[in-house]
Amino acid sequence: MNNGLSRFNVVSLVAGFAFLYLPILLLVIYSFNESRLVTVWSGFSTKWYVELFSNQGLLDAAWVTFRVALISATVATVLGTMAAITLTRHLRFRGRVLFTGMVFAPLVMPEVITGLSLLLLFVAVGLDRGFLTVTLAHITFSMCFVAVVVQSRLLTFDRSLEEAAMDLGATPVRTFFQVTLPVILPAVISGWMLAFTLSLDDLVIASFTSGPGATTLPMKIYSQVRLGVTPEINAVCTILIAVVTTGVIAASLLNKQREVQRARDEQAARKEGG
Amino acid sequence: MRRIFSAIASRVVIAVPYAWLLFFFLIPFVIVFKISLSDLAISMPPYTPALEGLRDFFARLSEFDLENYHLLMCDLLGYIGIGADLCQGGFSIDFFERPYLSVAYFSSLKIAAVSTFLTLLVGYPVAYAMARAPQSMRPTLLMLVILPFWTSFLIRVYAWIGILKPEGLLNQLLLNIGLVNEPLVIMNTNTAVYIGIVYSYLPFMVLPLYSALEKLDHSLIEAAQDLGCRPLSAFWKITFPLSLPGVVAGCLLVFIPAVGEFVIPDLLGGSRTLMIGKTLWSEFFNNRDWPLASAVAIILLLILVVPIVLFQRAQARAQE
Repeated sequence: MNNGLSRFNVVSLVAGFAFLYLPILLLVIYSFNESRLVTVWSGFSTKWYVELFSNQGLLDAAWVTFRVALISATVATVLGTMAAITLTRHLRFRGRVLFTGMVFAPLVMPEVITGLSLLLLFVAVGLDRGFLTVTLAHITFSMCFVAVVVQSRLLTFDRSLEEAAMDLGATPVRTFFQVTLPVILPAVISGWMLAFTLSLDDLVIASFTSGPGATTLPMKIYSQVRLGVTPEINAVCTILIAVVTTGVIAASLLNKQREVQRARDEQAARKEGG
Repeated sequence: MRRIFSAIASRVVIAVPYAWLLFFFLIPFVIVFKISLSDLAISMPPYTPALEGLRDFFARLSEFDLENYHLLMCDLLGYIGIGADLCQGGFSIDFFERPYLSVAYFSSLKIAAVSTFLTLLVGYPVAYAMARAPQSMRPTLLMLVILPFWTSFLIRVYAWIGILKPEGLLNQLLLNIGLVNEPLVIMNTNTAVYIGIVYSYLPFMVLPLYSALEKLDHSLIEAAQDLGCRPLSAFWKITFPLSLPGVVAGCLLVFIPAVGEFVIPDLLGGSRTLMIGKTLWSEFFNNRDWPLASAVAIILLLILVVPIVLFQRAQARAQE
């Protein structure tokens, strides 16, 4: 469907992207505002950033958030990749319908329900709320996002490569690590990144499942946002946006490069093979 | 030996995520259901779970009753305006005089439905233009749609506060160009909630729409136009029906989470914006009524079961 862009199309695109990006852009601009009044521009300044680094509570929260995100994203990637393999490769086993349901439901489940139910689980098994419980909660919902991302890559995967490896005597486990994993790696990496940012951004589930000493950055931001807009929060948000944006763009460039390389290799291998 | 090892490996691949989701996703719902049937006194914090242990915890919950559902039912009856006499003195909670839970459920559904429709209106032209853009531009456009999705939800909602509030940037602009004489009151109204939802969920709408529209064969539209069909009627007769799977997927992806939304009504909505996610939150954190919050969650889940099943069907169909 490619017939050039009409004027209406161009206007839609420009308006749509302006709507998506203008609010974030304004937030970033006003984080460099000198005045404490966030809506009145009075000159360029980086003082709010300097002030952030003397705010111990904020730094602690950032450190907690980073560790939770790192651990939960890593575990979620392993579990989510396993779930994706189960979804695409094991088409018949008892309880598959339930499994599919449990993978897709958390994607749309309102966060208040997920948060409440996980908290009640932790209370029921007698687990004290804190770092561990937030991490477990984040693993649970982000593994489903990883599963969806990896699964969509596995669906377009050329299975003859796996079959060839097995015909040549490789075990399924070895086939997975030497043939399948390298091919789906870009999807696994973007799954990890998605899990990482989901954990980094989560407020609702963390509020339910966290306890004393494990306040995450979004919880901290939220408690300050309720009191009003301040340049410090704009500065924190800008740093978070910068980190995530850089990561996503870098990863997508890397992925693209890898995929081009991979496609070239696959083609070369096929040519040699016959 | 190798075969046994492989069989074990494939079992493990199925069993580990399965067990994880059973324990951390399904069992919690059973617990929520159990707690929703219990009395406030039993499960209200601070209780000392570490000392009680699992068995004791459930033993104490076994004396459950339907008080919370009775309460919700009476709330609904009060909302509809019938059978109020049936509920007189049926429960002891007196901190609300009006049927606020039902109001919250219905207004959540209404706000979610209206914002889903608005998101479709905003998202469709964008997705359509993306699908018609030259092949070389599409990955960049796609990236531009996905990028805000990676940015924190909380931050994106927060960004609107500075724009919408009475002395905010939007009002400054409108006052300066003389479009309005006094600041518009948008902040802390339902309008702000609509803007917040449309803004936050727009990528969820655009992506499925785009993937449906991208597959569309443009020669169909050309054929229709050659046969004398006007562009607008070609759109309604060909493009829109063919993009329907994307419309359905996008609407469900926006509607379901929007019904239970907490952050947007809490930060952008006013005290009169009732949404069930906010009510659940305040029952839980402010009133510390865990059983009632659980009952509210169970009812919300029941309301959302149909759209969630529809979503999974659509998802499964897309896989084939």
